Amino acid sequence: MDTLVLLTMTGLGLGALYFLIASGLSLIFGLMDVLNFAHGALLSVGAYACWWAASGHLPGAGPHGAGFVLAVAFGVVTGTLAAVALEVGVVRPLYARPREQVLANVGVGLAVPALLSGIWGSDARTFPVPDALSGTVTLLGARVPANRILLIGCALAVLVGLRVLLGRTRAGLVVRAGVQDRAMVSALGIDVRRAFTLVFALGGALAALGGALGGVYFGEVDPGQGTSLLIYAFVVVVVGGMSSVTGAAAACVAVGLLQQFANYFTTAGLGDLAVVVLLAVVLLVRPRGLMGRLT
Amino acid sequence: MNAAGNAHPRPLLAARDLRVRIGGRHILHDVHLDVAPHGVTALLGRNGAGKTTTVRAILGLVPRTGSILLDGQDVSGLRTHVLVRRGIGYAPEDRGVFTALTVAENLRLAERPGSRPPDYALVHDLFPELRQRAGQPAGTLSGGQQQMVAIARTLLADNRLVIVDEPTKGLAPKIVTEVAEALERAARAVPVLMVEQNLAVVRRLATTCAVLVDGRTAYAGEAAPLLADPRATRRLLGVASGSTRGGQDPPGARASAAESPDTREAQS
Repeated sequence: MDTLVLLTMTGLGLGALYFLIASGLSLIFGLMDVLNFAHGALLSVGAYACWWAASGHLPGAGPHGAGFVLAVAFGVVTGTLAAVALEVGVVRPLYARPREQVLANVGVGLAVPALLSGIWGSDARTFPVPDALSGTVTLLGARVPANRILLIGCALAVLVGLRVLLGRTRAGLVVRAGVQDRAMVSALGIDVRRAFTLVFALGGALAALGGALGGVYFGEVDPGQGTSLLIYAFVVVVVGGMSSVTGAAAACVAVGLLQQFANYFTTAGLGDLAVVVLLAVVLLVRPRGLMGRLT
Repeated sequence: MNAAGNAHPRPLLAARDLRVRIGGRHILHDVHLDVAPHGVTALLGRNGAGKTTTVRAILGLVPRTGSILLDGQDVSGLRTHVLVRRGIGYAPEDRGVFTALTVAENLRLAERPGSRPPDYALVHDLFPELRQRAGQPAGTLSGGQQQMVAIARTLLADNRLVIVDEPTKGLAPKIVTEVAEALERAARAVPVLMVEQNLAVVRRLATTCAVLVDGRTAYAGEAAPLLADPRATRRLLGVASGSTRGGQDPPGARASAAESPDTREAQS
């Protein structure tokens, strides 16, 4: 029983991490038809910015307490700014040329990890984890790492926040309308490009948060972490249904749990294969994914 | 008759030398269009003549050259949303209704924060059904109801011009009458540019018109003389207008007649 609880919480924690990346990816694809291959780079930027700040380089930030919260906030702000720069500088000029846009995004996705390697080396760096998150919490008799609880809590808060944003605000209404027909949104007098930038900034902020919390989860950060996680985020977006945030959340739970249970009960590494099999099955049985629209 | 001058001294909207090239093909060659500052201006032409492209070009939804003057001001370089915020409401040919959103959400999108409060009183007066169906997903509405949503969106904001593209296309005769009545009432408050193939509706609503033939303006001027001339309508639109009865039928009879093959423009 302890093992099942631990596996479940670890799987949900991993799924929560995927959700932080996939929700932004899903929004960006849904609204802008942009497959953002540079999304992993945004995660890495957030992770390294948080690590840099928490390592004592940012005044007031540190590895514990409020200092760590400030470090995470710094990582999120840095990731957000990087996302805005990416949208304005790379994605926006290439809206009319989707092929070049994909290539440019892939280029950024490769260049940023290389840049991080060049500055801080390609070896993994130990991520400063606050004491409060390095311990365990007893849950149904199992000792569950506290960082899993944090990840799950953050993902739930993000899910609720996104649903409120999309369902209750004018900005969310514009995003939902833009997913269906961008030209018509413009024809109603709405600057859809502002919605694009907003969504990119939001996606960047969530990816950066995922990077910072991923550092806590893995206990280290390396330049390729974002790219590795991006692959699973893409799987989640496809399984959940392109442009469906709720679908992405459901898919994250499925993928995280499947990966953990398959790795534990079969052979280590088979969990990754199981995820690919899940993707293939969903594409065959339900090509639109679990939920095919922005909800 | 060809390229006759508009009777109004200063058009509300004037398009000059409008040219559009899509996929290497010239769709519009040299379109001149004046929208009268009052009433309904109809944009007519056979299928494929370039009517919808003209409207989309005016709004900047397709790449174009030429000049667009709105109330005498050159708005050619403005992006679509900026131009629309200058006071243009647009109901496209496919209605442009967001099917995943509710009726109320579709209408909310047409509100313009920072300008005059949205005129829901007018919209609900014209289309009471929309109030009852406010919470219904627009995708579950009938074609006529979706058209009501599309037109209602153009009337909510403080627009100087309303552009409607084929508002009666595919609608039942009764709904055609309702839509025509709504546009007639709307046109008392705001000028309307209407792309329409239903000549009975054109006859009822339009005071001026322009006819496109193969992406060029072939006629511009008063609507009545053109519609009263069967030879001209046959030559320009490919159909006899039934002009001997023009403008004299009761609204319902005209709308119903509009659905008959001989008064519907040739579907070439």
